[in-house]
Amino acid sequence: MLVLLGIGVVVLGFALRANPLVVVMAAALATGLAAAWTPEADLQIMYDAALATIAAFGKAFNDSRYVSIVWVVLAAIGLLERAGLQERARIAIAKVKAATTGRLLWLYFVIRQAAAALGLTSLGGHAQMVRPLVAPMAEGAAESKYGALPDRERYLIRAHAASADNIALFFGEDIFIAIASILLIKGFLEQNGIIVEPLQLSIWAIPTAIAALLIHSFRLWLLDRRLKRVLTAKPAQSEVAS
Amino acid sequence: MITLPHIYIVGGLFFAALAILSALDQANARRLRNSAFWGLLAASFLLGDRIGDFGNGLLALGLVVLAAFGLGIGKPKTTSPEERRVSAERRGNLLFLPALIIPAVALIGTLAAKETAWGAAFIQPTQATLISLVLGVLIAVVVVMLWLRPPLLAPLQEGRRLMDSVGWAAILPQMLASLGAVFLAAGVGEQVGTIFSQYVPGLETSRTIAVIAYCVGMALFTIIMGNAFAAFPVMTAAVGLPFVVVALGGDPARVCAIGMLAGFCGTLMTPMAANFNVVPANLLELPDRKAALNGVIRAQIPTAIPLLIANIILMRLLAFP
Repeated sequence: MLVLLGIGVVVLGFALRANPLVVVMAAALATGLAAAWTPEADLQIMYDAALATIAAFGKAFNDSRYVSIVWVVLAAIGLLERAGLQERARIAIAKVKAATTGRLLWLYFVIRQAAAALGLTSLGGHAQMVRPLVAPMAEGAAESKYGALPDRERYLIRAHAASADNIALFFGEDIFIAIASILLIKGFLEQNGIIVEPLQLSIWAIPTAIAALLIHSFRLWLLDRRLKRVLTAKPAQSEVAS
Repeated sequence: MITLPHIYIVGGLFFAALAILSALDQANARRLRNSAFWGLLAASFLLGDRIGDFGNGLLALGLVVLAAFGLGIGKPKTTSPEERRVSAERRGNLLFLPALIIPAVALIGTLAAKETAWGAAFIQPTQATLISLVLGVLIAVVVVMLWLRPPLLAPLQEGRRLMDSVGWAAILPQMLASLGAVFLAAGVGEQVGTIFSQYVPGLETSRTIAVIAYCVGMALFTIIMGNAFAAFPVMTAAVGLPFVVVALGGDPARVCAIGMLAGFCGTLMTPMAANFNVVPANLLELPDRKAALNGVIRAQIPTAIPLLIANIILMRLLAFP
């Protein structure tokens, strides 16, 4: 029963926002020590257990180095960013034409999800894309249709712009074989004696990706309907957009 | 034949270069700490097989200590926003092409190594995807270097710029995978299993109940911890492997792949995942950005819950072939 201490350390450590690496190491030590603890255990036994846990962790760390190998990708992505990759993506997104807020966010969602599935997770993000581009474009689409927006709807649209980015990223990136979560799964299973290839894992992210696309498409359709209902029922305050 | 150790040499040299360039970066007040961190990681890739288990454990401990003290962010010379804009206008959508080399080579290499004799002679089939991925990166770097002619050190300096922005979080997945090994050795899975089966009737006999327990558990743990990666080894050792896979015959790859995505549904619903849910609320100046359930999270919950249910259904339907 005592070995559950490690799980408690992980949950508490993350919930309290301690440095995650420290939390993981502390959880490993707590687990190893708890497994060795008996009422008769003396200091020598516990000391040996601590050393054995560090060695066991070290062996697993060495065996799962491939999880961290993916970062070499950044050499190539960084080179392209240097040449304006993100700016190009911004130019492309800025050209998107859509009649309504929901359709605009839907197009962004599809592009973001497809790019993430190809490993281009950096072509988006809240600071790079949502705030400067997607949110203003989504607000603009509603303004040109209904005139000036009440605050409530303006903030709703902004929140939807951010959520489209998150959901498209989360349920697109796992289709790419070399993303941290896929390699974490591979590493974890390998430590448990089960060998899987990243491709086997990423293929099974596709059904959920499709489900996310369907569900969120429906949500964005509902958003358009809501904007239409609210904004045509009581025309916005005095000023009228051009 | 190219094998995993060859790829580790590439990774080791990359991190070693980051360590050297970090040490020379006068703009980073913590340059020596960054240099030590990337240097230790380089040592792990280059020497990990020679320093023994305890040596590797101390190495991991060293990385943790450096991360706890905090790393800085280097400022390698790079192009200005204006230069990038001009370059983006001039090169057009061709800029996306080199980025697509990476997944294309990874996929083709994997298929070739698995399906063809020449591919298997060239790439170790059991690790085909990772080897092909790194080959894809090398090809993409060479293509961009020949095409755009940036300074010779640019791939390493740009790599350092991005690596420093990831920081110590770069090794969190590897650390969590290693924690899984310690959990296994201590029998954590069996222990949690006994508790769970006391409180969740039918966990050992009903695939549907076990799948629901695993997926909902992933989402709830992720909500509490703010991180699906951290929830994964805990819930998978506790419910995923012992019940869904071992007792009830689930396919481990499918169970884990969908289980992780169930965790992502939790990420959409928690203020603990600050990068995704709080930072954008601040950037977009939402009036309720300080609330526990700010506008971004409230916009996400009606997608997250149906999607969690979809994951449960998908796992139940697909994971028991």
